[in-house]
Amino acid sequence: MNHFFQKQRYLIDFTLASLKRRPGKNLSLLLVYTMIVFLLASVMLFTHALRTEAGIILQDSPEIILQKMQAGRHALIPAAYLEKIGHIRGVVSKHGRLWGYFYDPAVKSNYTLMVPSERKLKNNEIVIGATIAKTRGLGTGDILAFRSADGRPFSFRVKDILSTESELVSADLILLNESTYRNFFNIQEGYYTDLALSVRNPNELRKIAEKLVVKLPDTRPILREEILRTYDAIFNWRQGIVFVLLSGAVLAFVIFAWDKASGLSAEERKEIGVLKAIGWETSDVLRMKFWEGSIISLSAFLLGYLAAYTHVFYASAALFEPILKGWAVLYPDFHPLPFVDGLQVATLFFFTVFPYTVATIIPIWRAAITDPDTVMR
Amino acid sequence: MRKSSIFFLYSGVLFLLLALSALDAGIRGDAQAHRLSLMSQQVSELELTDLSLFTEARYTRHLSQADLHSAFQDHPIAFEHFPSGSLVTPPQTQ
Repeated sequence: MNHFFQKQRYLIDFTLASLKRRPGKNLSLLLVYTMIVFLLASVMLFTHALRTEAGIILQDSPEIILQKMQAGRHALIPAAYLEKIGHIRGVVSKHGRLWGYFYDPAVKSNYTLMVPSERKLKNNEIVIGATIAKTRGLGTGDILAFRSADGRPFSFRVKDILSTESELVSADLILLNESTYRNFFNIQEGYYTDLALSVRNPNELRKIAEKLVVKLPDTRPILREEILRTYDAIFNWRQGIVFVLLSGAVLAFVIFAWDKASGLSAEERKEIGVLKAIGWETSDVLRMKFWEGSIISLSAFLLGYLAAYTHVFYASAALFEPILKGWAVLYPDFHPLPFVDGLQVATLFFFTVFPYTVATIIPIWRAAITDPDTVMR
Repeated sequence: MRKSSIFFLYSGVLFLLLALSALDAGIRGDAQAHRLSLMSQQVSELELTDLSLFTEARYTRHLSQADLHSAFQDHPIAFEHFPSGSLVTPPQTQ
């Protein structure tokens, strides 16, 4: 056993010396490889953390949201629909929600204006999200002036700023009371944006949704599980820019491995020929090359993964921010919680380390089984 | 020092950092649990339905509440007016 380990150590010594003879080539190889792993691992860690966080946070969102549909679009729902729903067994409470969007031309950003059901606010008093406060440079007691869609000027006094720790859900929120909301958007009494229903038994949600559609055919119920499913599918690898990123990285890796697998340089062939001529067994050459592949791929995996971990959980995935921000002005300053899926890390390890190591061994095996004299010529 | 010893040391450090990253994930997760509970509380109190991650368009701000016929939702990889439309899928209703 000891002999085996000693032999492997000598092989590693030799392999490292061999890698050192071509420092430029091997270091650039390691750099490219590390960057591919970094990119893949960053996408993987970020999307998994965000999906998990969304799954936990949105567990507390309303059980059923009922929207009125008109000409295929979401329209205001009459309060009379609350009576039309009547008594459905299992529904504990039902009430209207008031929320909408406002485009602020001063900073070219969209806000979500919302009437909180539990928080009591006076007329023209608002509570704003921390990102709005930062973007507009506002503090508690400051005045925020808007012009409504019909041109009337409104001045709101900032009563409070929502916690910076909850920016992921409240970055663009402006909370105001019902009468101010109705006045600002010119929405008459008796209309809501949508209805929120809470249900005693979650197993009955689908049945209740079916009953709602039968009673009110022009409505669309949105269940909490649908909200959760929407966020579970966010940044799905099969679509959009994530797919472009992944396919780019995977193609780069394939070209890279293919280049390795398709042939050896004259220098490498000569090296194998010399080793065989001085008495190395084919198996020793293969072991040596196995170590070469392992040293490079393992280093690339570990360095790439650790850099990705630091990038996502310590630098708030700063490289992704321009992509996620898009054309938006308000972007929450949030730090993804480090939820790491061991299986995903293992899959990444398998798909990055294993193919490269195998790709290095195959051409070596072809060269190693030929006559040393032929190889050296 | 033999080259293999340096390699073992280097690999050991990297594996140690890997193990530390797993430990860090656990510790930071616990330390920030109150942030999650604060957000959950806010979602419950204000009856929020979506993350304010993409504020550029109404149908990306409230992904789960968007009309099924909004521009980017025609097809999962259809060309989209807003950049974030290429990052997310339509509401998952099935």
